[in-house]
Amino acid sequence: MSIETAQYESAPLAIETRQLRFRWPGQSHALAFPDIRLRRGEHLFLHGPSGTGKSTLLSILAGMMLPETGTVTMLGEDLTAHSAGARDRFRAHHLGVIFQQFNLVPYLSALANVTLPCRLSARRRGKTLPDMETAGAELLQQLAIPETIWHKGVTEMSIGQQQRVAAARALIGTPEIILADEPTSALDTDNRDRFLDVLLPLAEQRRCSVVFVSHDRSLAHHFHQQLALGSDT
Amino acid sequence: MSKIRLALSLATASLWYRRRILALVCLTLTLSVTLLLGIQYLRTEIRHSFTSTITGTDLIVGARSGQLNLMLYTVFHIGDATNNIRWSTYQQLEQDQRVDWAIPISLGDSYRGYRVVSTNDRFLTKFQYGNDQSLAMAQGQWFTNLFDVVLGAGVARQLNHRMGDEIVLSHGGGRTSFSNHTDLPFRVSGVLDATGTPVDQAVYISLEAMEAMHVGWESGVAIPGRTLSADKAGTRSFTPDAITAAFLGLKNPILTFQLQRELSQFRQEPLSAILPGVALSELWRMMGQFEKALLGISVFVVATSLIGLIAVLLTIQAQRQREVAVLRAVGASSGLIASLYTIECVVLALSASLLAVLLGAGAISGLSPWLLEHYGIQISLRALNQNEWLLLASVPLAALLISLLPAWGHWKKNRRLGFGGNGAI
Repeated sequence: MSIETAQYESAPLAIETRQLRFRWPGQSHALAFPDIRLRRGEHLFLHGPSGTGKSTLLSILAGMMLPETGTVTMLGEDLTAHSAGARDRFRAHHLGVIFQQFNLVPYLSALANVTLPCRLSARRRGKTLPDMETAGAELLQQLAIPETIWHKGVTEMSIGQQQRVAAARALIGTPEIILADEPTSALDTDNRDRFLDVLLPLAEQRRCSVVFVSHDRSLAHHFHQQLALGSDT
Repeated sequence: MSKIRLALSLATASLWYRRRILALVCLTLTLSVTLLLGIQYLRTEIRHSFTSTITGTDLIVGARSGQLNLMLYTVFHIGDATNNIRWSTYQQLEQDQRVDWAIPISLGDSYRGYRVVSTNDRFLTKFQYGNDQSLAMAQGQWFTNLFDVVLGAGVARQLNHRMGDEIVLSHGGGRTSFSNHTDLPFRVSGVLDATGTPVDQAVYISLEAMEAMHVGWESGVAIPGRTLSADKAGTRSFTPDAITAAFLGLKNPILTFQLQRELSQFRQEPLSAILPGVALSELWRMMGQFEKALLGISVFVVATSLIGLIAVLLTIQAQRQREVAVLRAVGASSGLIASLYTIECVVLALSASLLAVLLGAGAISGLSPWLLEHYGIQISLRALNQNEWLLLASVPLAALLISLLPAWGHWKKNRRLGFGGNGAI
């Protein structure tokens, strides 16, 4: 544990998982995951080779899948005890999600993609000042998206731009937790560094916890904690 | 509320994004709904037009026979009269206190396959069809001279006759007759307006002319030397001995049944009196079967295009997995995603239905003068009736039901799909 982590030691837990196991239908072999304890504002780097269930773990954390056994406690709430609808609402209110690629709804403009979470969650809309459009525009500016394409379709943007728009969407309305599933693996080195250099400070500023999945271990030094999957399954 | 607004705005944006392929789907659906609605509409119109082939006439009186037979030969000029009725009987009817007017008609001859109806000028003034419309002259005038003939609109159009043309009538019915009234040609004095009824398919002469033509034909063929020449005929006056039937209009329609009963018990000769409306409905019941088959076919056409719609929706759904994964990730519930599918499908069906109504209305108002002129079919634009609204409403309803298919598919798949929908492992 590095020195930087010290300032978070008193912060409340954002994510706590215990003895999570998951089995895909029809498979005899269950995936077992190491326990996660992540405090508010802390950034976790999850790595491991393909097939070790990185995306599966994120899906469980996002409440989109339920584990076979074990518990997920997010912001003090036992997610595994919630109904599917309650987990959807929890995700809308408290989580920002970034995928590897194809992060955007193709028929919405860049700005509309960014403000989408605020339209699904009154809670997150309430946290945008003075309104969601202004907050969205501000984020797009901070993430270096040229203003000329804010209102245009997202299909013509470069992948680097698309990923940064996705980051803006994950950050808007200041959710407590951001889950990022290999968001940089489709980017070249320049774009990857640029992405991390804007996402992590903005998350830090807003005291968002980040769970960042990647197979590229050279990124690990950007994070407070790191956890390897697949080593003990 | 904001969820509904969000679903609507997302669905609108999504429809617009896929407008090219969806426009084609919508076009297919529009055409098939137009067909369905058009057939239902025409069914009603043709039925209405058929059952108002003759209106305003309270009773049709002819020799004793069944009501369909009497109807067929007097109004539709199909088949032959079983017998005639005496002229004295007709005069008695005309003078009856309850009878407002009587139109005598006499059948038997033909002109190139079209029936010759001999009658008097009350046919022009009193005969009504459709919504109580009277006959009117398109050109010329009703016959005034003995050998004047007035043509129905269909006859004039088919045979390309003009005013003043001389025509020769044939003895008996049928397209090819071996005995023609060649010595007494008729002159076209007028053409009737198109009515879309069998009135268009006949030619009209006076009762007197009918008598004059048949002097010397008592045995069924012309006996040389006994027939009249045109000059001689002009100097004589003719009163028919018998006519085929009479159309009666009563002063008080309540008395229709009373008079009908009396006429069927008429002492002097066996008569039948029928109510044209009742007979027409009965006739339609017999003939109306084919229209049901037609409607059945058009239902299948709509079903086919709805199946096409399902195919397109399912294809699009396969392309939408990533977009759905994104929406799910930002917290959209499965219900919201399903409602997107449903809204899009129903909006498509609604626009197809609306377009079909506009297309149908445009086609009817554009084609109806042409149809009346060339085919004698009268179809007018009117508001849709309840059945047609129900039929129209069934299309978006069916779309709603079939949209549940991709919605349900999504829900089922989603239960075991996490971030995997995004293509990541």
